[in-house]
Amino acid sequence: MRHTVSVLVENKFGVLARISTLFAARGFNIDSLNVSETEDPAISRMTIVVKGDYSILEQVTKQLNKLVDVIKVNDFNDVEYVERGIALIKINIKKSTRNEVHQLIEIFRSRIIDVSQDSIIVEITGDGDKIRAFIKMVMPYGIKETCKTGIVALGRGQR
Amino acid sequence: MEKKTGSQILVESLLKEKVEVIFGLPGGQALPMFDAIHGSRLNFILTRHEQGASHMADGYARSTGKPGVCLVTSGPGATNIVTGLGTAYTDSVPLVAFTGQVATSVIGQDAFQEADTIGITRPVTKHNFLVKDVKYLANTIKEAFYIATTGRPGPVLVDIPIDVQRGVCEFVYPERVEIRSYKPNYNGHPGQIKKAVNVINKSEKPVFYIGTGVVISEAENEVLKISKKADIPVTNTLLAIGAYPHDTSLSLGMLGMHGTFCANRAIQSADVIIAVGARFDDRCTGKVCDFAKKAKIIHVDIDPTAISKVVDVDIPVVGDAKTVLKEMLTLIDKKERKDWIKTVDAWKTEHPLSYNRDDGKLHPQHVIEKISEFTKGEAIVTTEVGQHQMWSAQYYKAKYPRLFLSSGGLGTMGFGYPAGIGAKIGNPDKEVIVIAGDGSFQMNMQEMAISVLNGINVKVVILNNQYLGNVRQWQEMFYGKRYSHSCLARRKECPQLCNTPNRATCPVYIPDFVKWAQSYGVLGIRVTDKKDVEPALKKMLETKSSVVLDVWVEMEENIFPMVPAGASLDDVITRMSV
Repeated sequence: MRHTVSVLVENKFGVLARISTLFAARGFNIDSLNVSETEDPAISRMTIVVKGDYSILEQVTKQLNKLVDVIKVNDFNDVEYVERGIALIKINIKKSTRNEVHQLIEIFRSRIIDVSQDSIIVEITGDGDKIRAFIKMVMPYGIKETCKTGIVALGRGQR
Repeated sequence: MEKKTGSQILVESLLKEKVEVIFGLPGGQALPMFDAIHGSRLNFILTRHEQGASHMADGYARSTGKPGVCLVTSGPGATNIVTGLGTAYTDSVPLVAFTGQVATSVIGQDAFQEADTIGITRPVTKHNFLVKDVKYLANTIKEAFYIATTGRPGPVLVDIPIDVQRGVCEFVYPERVEIRSYKPNYNGHPGQIKKAVNVINKSEKPVFYIGTGVVISEAENEVLKISKKADIPVTNTLLAIGAYPHDTSLSLGMLGMHGTFCANRAIQSADVIIAVGARFDDRCTGKVCDFAKKAKIIHVDIDPTAISKVVDVDIPVVGDAKTVLKEMLTLIDKKERKDWIKTVDAWKTEHPLSYNRDDGKLHPQHVIEKISEFTKGEAIVTTEVGQHQMWSAQYYKAKYPRLFLSSGGLGTMGFGYPAGIGAKIGNPDKEVIVIAGDGSFQMNMQEMAISVLNGINVKVVILNNQYLGNVRQWQEMFYGKRYSHSCLARRKECPQLCNTPNRATCPVYIPDFVKWAQSYGVLGIRVTDKKDVEPALKKMLETKSSVVLDVWVEMEENIFPMVPAGASLDDVITRMSV
């Protein structure tokens, strides 16, 4: 099971290493990780997607909270939230498949950001499921390379 | 305002923190700090190995409750204290370690004696700091002591590059400290406390399972009062020895792998377990899925991560043991639980701790019983790790908390002797006895020099069985008596698969601990016969300086009772079936 955890941390040297050490030492698997400064330059937000059952999620959040540089941990289990990631996907293209691929790009509301003779690069934004679905759909045409960001997420409304 | 160098700031800050003693060893990248200490009011103990310094600081901290401090150089100095930090970390001991570091301008260039100390020590410290500018130093030291001693205590390391030691700035030691991301919670949730008390009040077979948390928060009186008010038997972990009076009828003794029969049986039969400041270590629980199956589990701990980490907890109470138990005491019903106590007492009489007292042989347990008797359980006993540690846990009847010091979580051989020196420095009026195995003692025995040079009167009793005894016991019981590399007397002439030790025919044991002690100017006494144990112990206790007793005990004695690793607490082996 995938869980998205949002962590506010002090924007200090070595904090990322502390968090990755914790995950490695406790045997938790990170599915994706995104780190960036917040509106307050002294604070960074990490969005971590972990795989595991609820007991793993509980330990992850507790262990994160225990780190001295961690200010706040939100897990988005049982709450409304939005999540987005970006993927760049380089797809093989032939005259015969161009139209089909273009249709898929439109359906997924993604866009082409680079074109060459035999390939295009598509930029797609969405939650993890949408990106995975798109990749699955264009797989048969041949994917040369992909690059994905980690998921970023925020709770909806007043949270 | 007065300007000071980083090194002077360190010294002034330590004095402000009322640090009485620092353990350590100098080196190139720490020289400015050592220069500032020289002639200051700080008492510095120069050890022979940095590992010794870290364990001394640990023993000082465990025995006094105050933070232990050590100061070492960069690179190998720092890596040598890693074991000490790990030992303190698993056992929740407040330490503050200072390490020298190469200059900030060359960090990352693989400079001489450079190590990524922060990276290496991150998993074995509660927190660590690299101070990159002298203007942050005073505040960092304040934070380090605050983090080390609050919440669940632990070691904190402060890495100070040599240019920061030399740097100059205005010195103000902060009065208080505020860390927005670190706010330990001391008060338990009132609703959870009520829930817990309701469950206890309704229970028929409750058991207290108390750990170091009770010692750290000094909650022993609260445990005693609740247990007496509500007739609740109490079992303790290795680190909570002395936290509950062993001569009280409700005392079950230690639980777990080498715990008493009655403690393990009580846990397995209980309808409620009240765990306080204990972390369900695998040496306590045995096979987790079979642990206390019939019981609702209440867990009081200041560390939220300890809760439901190993065993699913029904009613967690996050908070300080003493604060929470005080609340519980007022709410809990006075109740007699005669049937339950009768059952527990029957287990006690049925299977008391025992060994062969009548065969005239020199059993290690006998030596410990005599130490306990002669000191009335009022001496500080430190142990190394292994069989002697478990026998000490079983047979040394420590009267109060902080009298039995042992590396529980990490199981660090080489801990006991330096920890004993640290404990003696913290408690000059108390007798300190190190109970050691011949294997463990050799891991840090170089610190004998510190005892002698500083007049630190620490007694060492080596229970010499010529083996890494615990390893040998497991090999005997679970590896078909194949004593692979556990014999310490073994020479290259010995038969390859020897498993028949015999003092008369085995090669001479080295070192000769008596002569070794003498080479330090210390009295060494060898005991090879049971009848000589008492006079030797008396002589040792009468002597006003360090003494080493080399006691040649039964070589193949085993620790019982025993719950084999991975087995359920129901499966106690009470003795060897030969």
